[in-house]
Amino acid sequence: MAAPSLTYTLPQPLPLDGGQALEGAAIAYETYGELAADKSNAILVCHALTGDQYVASPHPVTGKPGWWERMVGPGKPIDTNRYHVICANVIGSCMGSTGPASAAPDGRPWAMRFPVITIRDMVRGLVSLLDGLGIERLHAVVGGSMGGMQTLSLAANFPDRAARVLAIATTARHSAQNIAFHEVGRQAIMADPNWRDGDYYSHDSAPDAGLAVARMAAHITYLSEAGLTEKFGRRLQDRDAKSFGFDADFQVESYLRYQGSGFTRRFDANSYLYITRAMDYLDIAEEHGGKLADAFAGHAMGKGARFCLVSFDTDWLYPTAESRHVVHALNAAGAPVSFVELSAPFGHDSFLLDVPALDRVVKGFLDG
Amino acid sequence: MVDASTLRSDLAVIARHVPAGVRVLDIGCGDGALMAALRDGKQVDARGIEIDGALVERCVARGLSVVQGDADRDLAFYPDGAFDVAILSQTLQTAARPDRMLAELLRVGRRAFVSFPNFAYWRMRWALLSRGRMPVTRHLPVTWYETENIHHMTVRDFEELARDLGIAIENRWFFTREREIGPAGANWRAEYALFEVRRG
Repeated sequence: MAAPSLTYTLPQPLPLDGGQALEGAAIAYETYGELAADKSNAILVCHALTGDQYVASPHPVTGKPGWWERMVGPGKPIDTNRYHVICANVIGSCMGSTGPASAAPDGRPWAMRFPVITIRDMVRGLVSLLDGLGIERLHAVVGGSMGGMQTLSLAANFPDRAARVLAIATTARHSAQNIAFHEVGRQAIMADPNWRDGDYYSHDSAPDAGLAVARMAAHITYLSEAGLTEKFGRRLQDRDAKSFGFDADFQVESYLRYQGSGFTRRFDANSYLYITRAMDYLDIAEEHGGKLADAFAGHAMGKGARFCLVSFDTDWLYPTAESRHVVHALNAAGAPVSFVELSAPFGHDSFLLDVPALDRVVKGFLDG
Repeated sequence: MVDASTLRSDLAVIARHVPAGVRVLDIGCGDGALMAALRDGKQVDARGIEIDGALVERCVARGLSVVQGDADRDLAFYPDGAFDVAILSQTLQTAARPDRMLAELLRVGRRAFVSFPNFAYWRMRWALLSRGRMPVTRHLPVTWYETENIHHMTVRDFEELARDLGIAIENRWFFTREREIGPAGANWRAEYALFEVRRG
């Protein structure tokens, strides 16, 4: 079992986009590799919706390897022999950072009294952590999916804090389709009688059935149709014929059920509500007067960060057009930006999987 | 100094003539050889556009800022005068509208280097005359139905287009078999040409 994460308690109340402030917020984080004496080699890795700080070390609940071990570690594209990698659990999550399952000032869990947060609020929390660690300027900020949203938000709102911004399989705004899928997940949780308006922490049963359905629906959006067909096709699960019932006849059903139930063991249903809401609220252009190029004005010619965006040709959740939209805004702002659409069969999840071209791009961008 | 020994002839000439420290946009930058030479030899702030993802990947892996995109569509997203120099090497003949691309080039850049194959090169003329079929040469090695070169032009065509668009030609270089040749009879003798142009 891994040692518990380090925890940083913010010395100041964390101001939130919703108008409230979060007092005494804690941020749990992991680090890998040595920090240079001048603190110039720090890379902040931002995790996705259901991710956590265990980017390159075993998950304390599931015991599974870190979620990006193929990318982060000694000799890996994000080389911990060279860089000091920081990965922190976002505000609103449930792996040690303050979220709806944490105790409110009255000692009881926040539950639905927890303020609605945004991606920018998560980033404010991360920047406070960097302040606490004495890191003024990151060598790079890196993330995929919701992690990529954080990298873009950090670049827009704190342009001096990172020299390189690497945003993978992501977007600067949630589309109607993105919001729609998240709403399905939230409604599945809220329809579970065990949800109890969010006050389930003192009861024996949590809204696991609802959370599992939310995870199943979301999981489909992370995969490509071709990937699902190749992996499962119409193959049956442990049987020779259809049952003419509602067991998991098909392998794909069995797989989704397994994904759903496994997820409930490591994730809090209310955190899922809050974090999906934060993603739905994301529109970086809207935060900056409606024009995305204006959000990146701090990165005009010759100053600010270098950017790299990567999309995948089979990702229909955050398709290439969304990355291009960001790239065009960065072009208009005069920021140095690279962009490549990589070919990979795995859909949105490609950023987590075996895509050697991604390894080369990540390493080249970070070391260049 | 730029180490131009490994660059194609037109790129070597461009590398020699781009001033140090300027902002450059290389459209159709390929594997980034010219950009890397300019960055390392002349401290140029170089950006690139390349349509082939595998080549973009190689550019990014060598630390260059290159966007995978289509020059016909993506140049529009760069602000006016964002660059001191725009480079379009062996790409104008692939544009949907070369005249518009040339205008775009001199909108985003104050000056531009443009190189293209000369379809009036005597071997082309001879191949067309003698065989009556679209020429396939060492420099234009692809059959007419596969080629990306959809707007073949000649040295004289380019000069007339520049005049019609009010574009000033500052310099011109001609090449045959990867060697620079003189300007005499260039529309017959040059396999390809390089022009330095600016807004008139």
